[in-house]
Amino acid sequence: MWIFEKKLEYPVRVGGPNPRLAKVIITQYGGPDGELAASLRYLTQRYTMPLPQAKAVLTDIGTEELAHMEIVATLVYNLIKDAPLEEIKRAGLDGYYADHDRALYFVNAAGAPWTATYIQSKGDPVTDLHENMAAEQKARSTYEYLIQLSDDPDVSDTLKFLREREIVHFQRFGETLNLVHEYLDRKKYY
Amino acid sequence: MDGQRLSLLKKIMALEFTCVDFNLYLDTHPEDYRALAEYNAASEALLAAKKEYENLYGPLTNYGSTPSPQAWRWIDEPWPWETTF
Repeated sequence: MWIFEKKLEYPVRVGGPNPRLAKVIITQYGGPDGELAASLRYLTQRYTMPLPQAKAVLTDIGTEELAHMEIVATLVYNLIKDAPLEEIKRAGLDGYYADHDRALYFVNAAGAPWTATYIQSKGDPVTDLHENMAAEQKARSTYEYLIQLSDDPDVSDTLKFLREREIVHFQRFGETLNLVHEYLDRKKYY
Repeated sequence: MDGQRLSLLKKIMALEFTCVDFNLYLDTHPEDYRALAEYNAASEALLAAKKEYENLYGPLTNYGSTPSPQAWRWIDEPWPWETTF
């Protein structure tokens, strides 16, 4: 069960309407290395983790990713909510507007919808934890590209926070992988 | 959101982020008792700050985690995506 908290994990402030920036940031909402994919990947892999530490890490990071999804959604929402239609057209967001107006939808930067093929749940904890470590690195790279593309210092500040969290999550998954290796070695020899 | 409310909310966000980060660390280092003490200290400060905020501005969490005496304040705006920082 989950409890909702009526607050963000980190403040979101935008300098003004910026549909061009929204168009690329939305990939962290519904793209291949985005927060929806991250959250669902960890929350579905946790059932077959062999260790209590691993079950906790996947539950807790999967939950934090939901909070990151909310931060990304808040960024996109605030970047497009007051954008004039002319600016939306100039930013190439008119295709998105035709399907969704200024609502939030799970797409990547090129408009392709989210798909479960972005994630894997293999049942082998070593395989799954490697996938998760790679996923955190891919998300870190994406945040770095988004920071390069950002012309709004307030937005960049929030993107930097999200980038740092990917590094911490990578670290925790690496420690979890070591614990799983130790556990599997113990099972093998005794 | 007025300045006083915003500053209390930011204090809660900072304390809870401390708890999130210690929580993840403790998941893989459950025997680090120094980290555990830090977690517990941050958790206590967080609970106190949340209580103060909720008394003034209504519940931060749903489903019975916080009672709502007198009036149902859960529906009060702003929602997280509407807060101006």
